[in-house]
Amino acid sequence: MQSSLSLSLSLSTPLSTKANSSTPRSIRFCGLRREALVSNLTHRHRPVPPQRIQRSRVPVSCASTSSNGSSASVKGGFDYDLIIIGAGVGGHGAALHAVEKGLKTAIIEGDVVGGTCVNRGCVPSKALLAVSGRMRELHDEHHMKSLGLQVSSPGYDRQAVADHANNLASKIRSNLTNSMKALGVDILTGVGTIVGPQKVRYGKTGFPEKEVTARDIIIATGSTPFVPNGIEIDGKTVFTSDHALKMEWVPDWLAIVGSGYIGLEFSDVYTALGSEVTFIEALDQLMPGFDPEIGKLAQRILINPRKIDYHTGVFAKKITPAKDGKPVQIELIDAKTKEPTETIEVDAALIATGRAPFTKGLGLENINVATQRGFVPVDERMRVLDANGELVPHVYCIGDANGKLMLAHAASAQGISVIEQLTGRDHVLNHLSIPAACFTHPEISMVGLTEPQAREKGEKEGFEISVVKTSFKANTKALAENEGDGLAKMIYRPDTGEILGVHILGLHAADLIHEASNAIALGTKVQDIKFAVHAHPTLSEVLDELFKAAKVLPSELLIRPKKLVSRKFLREICCLTYCKLSSLPIFEAGN
Amino acid sequence: MATSHIASSFASSQLLPVRRLRAVPRRARVLVVQAKIREIFMPALSSTMTEGKIVSWHKSEGDWLNKGESVVVVESDKADMDVETFHDGILAAIVVPEGESAPVGAAIAFLAETEEEVPLAKAKADSGSGSGGSAAPPAAAPAAVETDGKVAATPAPAPAATAVADGPRKTVATPHAKKLAKQHKVDINKVVGTGPYGRITPADIEAAAGIQPKKPAAAPVAQAAAAPATPAPAAKASASLPPPLPGSSVVPFTTMQGAVSKNMMESLSVPTFRVGYPIVTDALDALYAKLKPKGVTMTVILAKAAAMALAQHPVVNASCKDGKSFSYNGSINIAVAVAMDGGLITPVLQDADKLDLYLLSEKWKELVKKARAKQLSPNEYNSGTFTLSNLGMFGVDRFDAILPPGQGAIMAVGASKPTVVADKDGFFSVKSKMLVNVTADHRIIYGADLAAFLETFAKIIENPDSLTL
Repeated sequence: MQSSLSLSLSLSTPLSTKANSSTPRSIRFCGLRREALVSNLTHRHRPVPPQRIQRSRVPVSCASTSSNGSSASVKGGFDYDLIIIGAGVGGHGAALHAVEKGLKTAIIEGDVVGGTCVNRGCVPSKALLAVSGRMRELHDEHHMKSLGLQVSSPGYDRQAVADHANNLASKIRSNLTNSMKALGVDILTGVGTIVGPQKVRYGKTGFPEKEVTARDIIIATGSTPFVPNGIEIDGKTVFTSDHALKMEWVPDWLAIVGSGYIGLEFSDVYTALGSEVTFIEALDQLMPGFDPEIGKLAQRILINPRKIDYHTGVFAKKITPAKDGKPVQIELIDAKTKEPTETIEVDAALIATGRAPFTKGLGLENINVATQRGFVPVDERMRVLDANGELVPHVYCIGDANGKLMLAHAASAQGISVIEQLTGRDHVLNHLSIPAACFTHPEISMVGLTEPQAREKGEKEGFEISVVKTSFKANTKALAENEGDGLAKMIYRPDTGEILGVHILGLHAADLIHEASNAIALGTKVQDIKFAVHAHPTLSEVLDELFKAAKVLPSELLIRPKKLVSRKFLREICCLTYCKLSSLPIFEAGN
Repeated sequence: MATSHIASSFASSQLLPVRRLRAVPRRARVLVVQAKIREIFMPALSSTMTEGKIVSWHKSEGDWLNKGESVVVVESDKADMDVETFHDGILAAIVVPEGESAPVGAAIAFLAETEEEVPLAKAKADSGSGSGGSAAPPAAAPAAVETDGKVAATPAPAPAATAVADGPRKTVATPHAKKLAKQHKVDINKVVGTGPYGRITPADIEAAAGIQPKKPAAAPVAQAAAAPATPAPAAKASASLPPPLPGSSVVPFTTMQGAVSKNMMESLSVPTFRVGYPIVTDALDALYAKLKPKGVTMTVILAKAAAMALAQHPVVNASCKDGKSFSYNGSINIAVAVAMDGGLITPVLQDADKLDLYLLSEKWKELVKKARAKQLSPNEYNSGTFTLSNLGMFGVDRFDAILPPGQGAIMAVGASKPTVVADKDGFFSVKSKMLVNVTADHRIIYGADLAAFLETFAKIIENPDSLTL
């Protein structure tokens, strides 16, 4: 107890010394803000009080968090400081942060609170994946035996599985609703339409519509599953993730069109429940978008040993649902030549070809905004651009609707970034620091650039890149769990130690990625983070292994020898302080 | 650590990737090999590996190789690995180019010791003495390739397109069926599909390969009725049964019938035995005549009698749940089988030993009413500790009951009929007699236990005054 106290004291001292000693170093500790510094603030459309952009330890004076800023009267005669259209994860994150910052906030929801993620996406699918993970374990006799366990014929009750997913969604939905209500965010129901600058109309169909005004508007209307032309959805034998999550039946043979995150996760669920799966992928390899090495290993672990086959380089030109005693028919054509290749017959088809923005009926034409393939064009600060590429004042767009990065947590982060700007602190979100995860068994996670992307960037900007890898087989905890399958790799700059990307495939990869994503967000360098201690034995040591294996070239030290000296000096101070402080309590105890 | 050096693991095993190919007498006649030409062959990188894919050659033809140097990267079913050479020499000819596969043990390249031997090694490669190649047959069944380098494989054809190329398709096989066919080397085109829409299922492949089919990986316990457009799995089941007679019809079980069926199948795992006992019922009949106007039925009287007898023989009221112990029940709950429209249910008279006949009768009426309306709560039909089944009212004189799961014994009661009996003094007389037959779980209830219980039960029936106390 005493020693741990002294340790924390000793660490804080050199840190502050470090930060004060040299100006550029302080940037390193708030890498999120560095982006804001680098990019010029010329596009600012609302006067921001000129203040020094730096991390200040003084808490921002804001209204009490439970008051929704109502005490602070809304300036300019508006009904609200902020109206958010869409109560998904992005809108929710923005609303919470807005209240914290003292803005009077309303959120308009046209369907159900929680949006896609909570009701038709990440949340219910996690419930199904929790089931599939356990089924997999229980069915893996070899694995069970090697742990010394015996299980006899596990089975499942489809309805109970479906109920679990549904119950989870409603629980999270009520949590979200309650959290906003508790903070006093006004939840307005109906479809929101922008009718003019700073003015929104909303109302349910068949009810009188109301108009409200707000100083700023955030569009957060999200997306819906994208269904290519020629595919007929009947919701029973040909369906999208929306239907699949209801788990109304488990087909014997399911074709999944698209092998990205959504397709891959559903293949995990359905094969665990006994289905056989056929992937249909337009690109030449499965799992496009993943780091190639990870994709290759994922294929070895997640595809090849399972009851899955695949057709790559083909489009599903036409899909006919099962009817008149015929199974689902899928007509395939070559992705390049457009020549028909073959027709396959399956029991069901899941369309997982991506998601399309949901921006219809938003009234974007009223503010002269033209969507691009349905997406709302925005700049790096999520400010909406009109048809001429000019900034539309007071209108922002976050999440799937702007298409920058279609992930729930990215939407929330963008929302928070917008609120920061609205409350006088410029902020640009570093999208390369946003992690992504695929919750298969084992999981896949990633942040930053893939190896080919990093190589390309390095060639363009003239720097070398290095790659380090480690296997889950080298991790004690993973071996204890008998889950040694997996790989983690880090791509970094050997000259500066900057982390460019981290990719993990293995047990709990989705939980492991954050150490890397935080390091990227905060600009922490490999040579610094490698000294951070990881509890043993834990899976987090997989990353520790990567950090320690990375070799940062001494060129940096040669060029700037001063740095070496100062660091050594600091380390010595650190040591001294530590000894001194740690000895203090002992004295006290003695007295 | 996807790529790692595996030299050490190979040094000790006999699967050295480089095999010495001296002049083998058998071959000497065909090919005069005087020099040392070594074969580099596909190593077994894991216990489950059957073939490997060449990811990349670090060296190209004509390069000098040093012992211990990494030559080729091989992709196995588990990982990519660098393969080293154990001999110095010149990489004379690469037999299996990058991106192609070869079975474990097949030659993938030839190593010559000196410059002069290079053409010879090349000739060997060209003459096709190296097996392997990537001749992945277009169909899913790879021909068995011999690994001793004798089978001539024509120079590798252009890399076959991956999973897509399927030739003219009429056969439909599920993904798992295709994998199994490859694994067991079954020609999928010769398999007749028995699955829905005539597709080839994993079971068909297993049958063709002569394997006992394993249990399906995950079968839903409660398959919901909601499955739209799922072909009825009847096809599979009927395969072993004779075809239905013309004019017959198949009616699926109701939930209740399904439950009965399941219970009956479960009962097969219990070792049961049966003991019968004749009981004179004149006194009982007299009592029944007296009580009938008050609404007491024979069923209730028998239940009460059984409960009183069970109170004296707790082991018959016990059950065997795990095959290792007796589970003595705290109360005596008599389940009584009641036939219903399209089913059978056993409402339970709880604490039948403690309640008097009138209370039991009232309770029984209520239960029967609920049972007909299908409103029994689970506790009212599955809490029985002993079951009574009476077919006497139909004139059945004796029958034999199946022990329901979770109980120790069941009593089958036949009709009471006038019978000529001789008493101990040798006098004949006509008395009403009924036969009861008890089926019991012999793991916990032995013959003597059951005999003693029946003796007590008979005494109660023959002297029924105690029933009304």
